[in-house]
Amino acid sequence: MKIAVLQFPGSNCDQDCLRALRDGVRVEADYLWHKDRSVLGFDAVVLPGGFSYGDYLRCGAIARFSPIMKAVVSAAKDGMPVIGICNGFQILCEAGLLPGALIRNQSLHFVCQPVWLRTETAETPFTAKLEKGRLLRMPVAHGEGSYFADSQTLEILESQDRVVFRYADELGQTTSESNPNGSFANIAGICNQERNVLGMMPHPDRAWDRRLGSEDGKLLFESLVANLELAAVR
Amino acid sequence: MATAITPGIVRSHGLNEEEFERIRTALGRNPNFTELGVFSVMWSEHCSYKNTRLELKKFPTTGPKVLVKAGEENAGVIDIGDGWAVAFKMESHNHPSAIEPFQGAATGVGGIIRDIFTMGARPVLLLDSLRFGPIHGGSSPARKNRRLFAGVVAGIAHYGNCIGIPTIGGEIYFDESYEGNPLVNVFCLGVLRHSEIVRGAAKGVGNPVFYVGSETGRDGLAGAAFASRDLTEESKQDRPAVQVGDPFKGKLLLEACLELLASGSVAGIQDMGAAGLTCSTCETASRGGTGVQIDLALVPQREQGMSPYEILLSESQERMLIIVHRGQEEKVREIFEKWDLPYALVGEVTGDGMMRVLDAGRIEVEIPADILANEAPIYVREVLAPQRPERVSIEEIPQSDAHESLIELLAHPTIASKNWVFRQYDQTVRAGTIVPPGSDAGVFYVREANKILAVTSDCNGLYCKLDPREGARIAVAEAARNLVCSGAAPLAVTDNLNFGNPYRPEIFWQLREAVEGLAEACRKFNIPVTGGNVSLYNQNPTGAVDPTPTVGMVGVVAQESWITQQSFRNRGDVIFLLGPIGDEMGATHYLKVVHGRKEGLPPRLNFELELRVQETLGSLIRHGLVQSAHDCSEGGLGIALAECCISGERRVGAGVRIGNPSDRMDLLLFNETQSRVIISASQENLEAVEKLCAAADAPLTLLGVVGGPDLVVTNGLESLSWSIPELYETWYSSIENAMSSR
Repeated sequence: MKIAVLQFPGSNCDQDCLRALRDGVRVEADYLWHKDRSVLGFDAVVLPGGFSYGDYLRCGAIARFSPIMKAVVSAAKDGMPVIGICNGFQILCEAGLLPGALIRNQSLHFVCQPVWLRTETAETPFTAKLEKGRLLRMPVAHGEGSYFADSQTLEILESQDRVVFRYADELGQTTSESNPNGSFANIAGICNQERNVLGMMPHPDRAWDRRLGSEDGKLLFESLVANLELAAVR
Repeated sequence: MATAITPGIVRSHGLNEEEFERIRTALGRNPNFTELGVFSVMWSEHCSYKNTRLELKKFPTTGPKVLVKAGEENAGVIDIGDGWAVAFKMESHNHPSAIEPFQGAATGVGGIIRDIFTMGARPVLLLDSLRFGPIHGGSSPARKNRRLFAGVVAGIAHYGNCIGIPTIGGEIYFDESYEGNPLVNVFCLGVLRHSEIVRGAAKGVGNPVFYVGSETGRDGLAGAAFASRDLTEESKQDRPAVQVGDPFKGKLLLEACLELLASGSVAGIQDMGAAGLTCSTCETASRGGTGVQIDLALVPQREQGMSPYEILLSESQERMLIIVHRGQEEKVREIFEKWDLPYALVGEVTGDGMMRVLDAGRIEVEIPADILANEAPIYVREVLAPQRPERVSIEEIPQSDAHESLIELLAHPTIASKNWVFRQYDQTVRAGTIVPPGSDAGVFYVREANKILAVTSDCNGLYCKLDPREGARIAVAEAARNLVCSGAAPLAVTDNLNFGNPYRPEIFWQLREAVEGLAEACRKFNIPVTGGNVSLYNQNPTGAVDPTPTVGMVGVVAQESWITQQSFRNRGDVIFLLGPIGDEMGATHYLKVVHGRKEGLPPRLNFELELRVQETLGSLIRHGLVQSAHDCSEGGLGIALAECCISGERRVGAGVRIGNPSDRMDLLLFNETQSRVIISASQENLEAVEKLCAAADAPLTLLGVVGGPDLVVTNGLESLSWSIPELYETWYSSIENAMSSR
């Protein structure tokens, strides 16, 4: 089993994601360069945070045209698990693998702080080891992380149980104070209809080691590994 | 088209007659126009330290852990054990930030990061030490200060967040003296193996010289050199005085350079910072004891028709000069094409000691590199000591309502929470931040080296204004105290000297006093200075900034369990004051903020006591006896107590009893006597703490107990009480409230 961490020019959480996988959950992982054209040999893909292509034009807007993204889109359509974190989430939206968009934070400022996430569904490869309602602690760090979509899309997301995480307080209440960026309905992460593609703004790659104040992020990667193991047996 | 070198042109390059004569003697002829430009930047204060070099020699720069000394290279390198080392440095970008705060601050961050990876180190963390004029109120200066403050913070965030290096601490002061001339001092630390240290030297005659990174444009020209006849008035209009930073390019350059360095093909590398191509060529040649020859026609250029003068003096960002071992040219091509960065073979290392610059084969500049890099004149400036400030006794201060005063101090932006600032910085990228900004020091886990580092920056400009020597000594002591409070042992120091015009004797006196104070304190603490930066001419129309010799200090936390934070942790823990109760009121923030008096003799630092307090605290922490530790600084014991209650994730009250009934409450709460730390410990360790302190002969006072909804301070019959939510709200929102006002 081997997991790919994509490297776009300007990615800056690629090293963190690789370490979370290798040192945190002890799974084989390696980089894939944005100029590569295939995900052959890999069983899942992580799109890390950062400022791909400087985030010039619009976050993630240029990265979606990179050669590797063609391969990722087609692998995702064949069912390969794909997770986009922060800038990776933005790229997945731009690439059309996830609906909606991430717009400028309501405060108009970059925001970096720890948040609580409420798990809304265990029915994804990344949350299988969690249970609905489980609270997770990890940081956000972004300038454009306010989730936005038209009302029809939002209805579909809700009705298909595709909101995976919401910002909440430590009691699990989705209050406006606990929403760091003004995301619609406190949405912090969503998945596609087939449930194999997850995008989220918070950083599990910064919460997998006791020293960092939380190991909750590890649960997502562990879920993924368990899911891939299961798939291999089948 | 030779430009005649008239006395006017020489003067417009900031060179005096004596310096021009020195140039003529060294060359044995008149310099041409381009050469004059080269001399003007290399012999500027910024590059040559001609006014401060003699002073800087007073710093202790050696020690068993020093691998690369101050001044030898772009940044000092210090051993942290197990074959690992850190490279770190602080640098100012005050003047650019005053003109264009966003880009000024952003390029400051970019510049210091390049200085660090130039050493072969991977940059892992940043600190910022910032100074602004007052931001509260509706006055036009306050509005301008807010604009500068917001712009600088956004600029730092822009560069640091994008390049992916966490900002894990720093400090911010607000004072009238910084109005119109903010101070922006940026600190970067990188990590490397001993074997990975690289030098900014042009070694090996015949080795190829590469230019890598962004194309050269006309930006930043006016920042380095002065206007002259070749640069026409019309073209000047189009030329931004401040460089523009591109953190995306900076990130690519960082990764490409580290990859190239790891390949073993690099013989020498130098950042093109101040004075750009000029500085990097003559410094690498001078350090290597060699010469460097480059041809400007080969330099990647962003604009057409740039003159040799412009190309040499441009301060375009995100550029490096790299000397590789002969035969390794292919490696450069491979890596820089991978990262889609411009690169060009522009010249080679020569054996004749000359900095020789060609323009399409024609010699444009030919100067012995050593003269440029090392033969700038060295001046001894006049000093004039002002009258010594008077000690302020408590009787001279009208008694204030201490309850209100604590609130007023907590709301002062120098003391208030900086969350509005730090939230805008990425503090957690690189997944190593253990203690984020807001405690006495930032603590960071360097995963690759399995080392825990603590970092802080400190300087109380108010003390330095009133007694620069004492203020500088205290800056070092406070930085060390902050590290010890965090569980670390101090390792080394970088400094950033921010002063006014050195030609004014009273300013140069401040500088000399501060340098001697820093040097003395570093010797006492046995901490070497590994480099730094000098920023002079920090003036606004009403005068110079308060002298601000900022200290950046790095320490190592040997065991994870020793990491200690400032906030109280458990209800029922006992609270101690380690150190004296104190009684010094001069130069305090209480006097300044509550009484509007910026005066008096600052607190005196007793080195012997300070060391004893720090050693005792370190010992208490190593014995696992301490739950929290916080040093008393601006605002004294009162503010430190309030911070212990409200700065943690779980806020908690405390009941404290202090002093003699005859003492005034404002004296007890707000004096700023040094060498004091508030610690908390579990009840069961009360005796062990007392015993250890008694054995060490360190003053210790049992203050009270953690818990309750309020902070209650009692002295005799007088008792003051503050509700924790009120204290928190005041402290937490003050800066945000100021920034949302118009």
